Amino acid sequence: MKTFEKPGDVSPVNCLKRRQFLCYIVASAALISSCTKDSGSSGSNNSIDLGSGDVGVLNYLYALEQLQTSFYIQVVSKPYKNPLADDELDLMTNIRDHEIIHRGFYKSLLGTNAIPVLEFDFSSTDFSNRDSVMATAKTLKDISVSAYNGAAQLLTNASYLLAAGKIASVEARHAAYIHDVFSDTSYGSFADNTVVNTDGLDLAALPDAVLASVSSYITSSLDASHLPTN
Amino acid sequence: MDLRNIFNAIETTDPEIYERLNSRREVMHRFTNMGGKIALTALPFALGSMLNKAYSQTPTDIISILNFALTLEYLESEFYASALSASSLVIPDSEAASFNLIQQQEAAHVNFLTNTITGLGGTPATKPVFDFTGSGTYPTVFNNFGEFLALAQTFEDTGVRAYKGQLTGLIANNSVLMAAMQIQAVEARHAAHVRRIRNLNGTAPNECPWITGNDTSEIGSSVQASYNGEENVSQLGIDTSKLPGATVKSATECFDEPLTMDDVMAIIGAFII
Repeated sequence: MKTFEKPGDVSPVNCLKRRQFLCYIVASAALISSCTKDSGSSGSNNSIDLGSGDVGVLNYLYALEQLQTSFYIQVVSKPYKNPLADDELDLMTNIRDHEIIHRGFYKSLLGTNAIPVLEFDFSSTDFSNRDSVMATAKTLKDISVSAYNGAAQLLTNASYLLAAGKIASVEARHAAYIHDVFSDTSYGSFADNTVVNTDGLDLAALPDAVLASVSSYITSSLDASHLPTN
Repeated sequence: MDLRNIFNAIETTDPEIYERLNSRREVMHRFTNMGGKIALTALPFALGSMLNKAYSQTPTDIISILNFALTLEYLESEFYASALSASSLVIPDSEAASFNLIQQQEAAHVNFLTNTITGLGGTPATKPVFDFTGSGTYPTVFNNFGEFLALAQTFEDTGVRAYKGQLTGLIANNSVLMAAMQIQAVEARHAAHVRRIRNLNGTAPNECPWITGNDTSEIGSSVQASYNGEENVSQLGIDTSKLPGATVKSATECFDEPLTMDDVMAIIGAFII
């Protein structure tokens, strides 16, 4: 069996300690430099500034998690009448519960830097109609996966990167499930060529493209102009 | 701020720290001198820059990570190719297209990683020789669809966790990091589908597309190492099970957890001759 050089590799417990320590260093530096920063506040044109740097990226992901949470709360609170599988509404409830935690996690992590609660518009979705719900769910999930894939590189703090990476793959599990139950007769839809390219890579998109593609669902005006671009 | 305590803590955490830098004495000396010259508030920056030097990624590190990923993809690609060509294994018609797709995507990962490694000036690892019975632990892997599914699930869930464990190691290279995220997502899509098949065919009737706690979904102790740590609910110091609306169950499900390179090599090593 072949072994590999392990860059900076130590046991998981020690990794965590080192990460926490590095996090402390980064946090200390951030505290010092953040005095002039005014992220998360409303700009002059009443749009909500996501902020800059890692805070901006986290607020952007927080906005997307708010969007999904709002959607799944409505899916579960007025469930459509014709689920195809017995456990379908249970699993949609599971997804809602996951989104609630993702949203709460970002809010807690961002603290006073967090953007406010956003307003959403799902009037294009007929929540009593399974196909309509699944179509919106599929769109939001695939966008969410692509958003995480594109946003990871914008983060400079390794701890935030890992946290985003932990959520990203759960979003992909959700996406595959929605694909599977939405296209029940079309096997292979969970990873079809609408979401996975010929290199076997899932979609990735940067914040501007992501926010443009979900703009019809977000009533609040978001200012993403200070987000990092690479 | 007592620098000696900080160095002691770093040493405890990473005994090799001074191999990455200079000797302890030299480092202490450097900082002691610096302490007199720079303001206390600047110390975090100085310390951060020292640690950054110690842990920053060289191309060699990135190639090691990519070769690790390539080995994992060799395993998955050959696993599905063997299953699809095994006359002894009956894959239901309804699932043939899915497993063909999964196999194609694993093979695409092998090609992509090989090209990326070559493009960065590295040498792609050679494909190991595999024994998918795990030296007899899974004797009917290519005879029994249920056993095949159990290993498929384990490999995909392990794959998700393996990529996750390397994300921070790729932080200095945007394009490789993004590709790792993109592959991780595809592994997660595969995992979710395999888990759903196991749910639908009654192998694991309570199984979800996501991982609950450190539960193997009725596969058992032979794959426990692939699920250990998934029960974590603490994220960046936040107990996510205590957030509004949260339960421990959903808190464990909604974050996938990383595995280290050593963890993963121990797991897949059982299938490498």
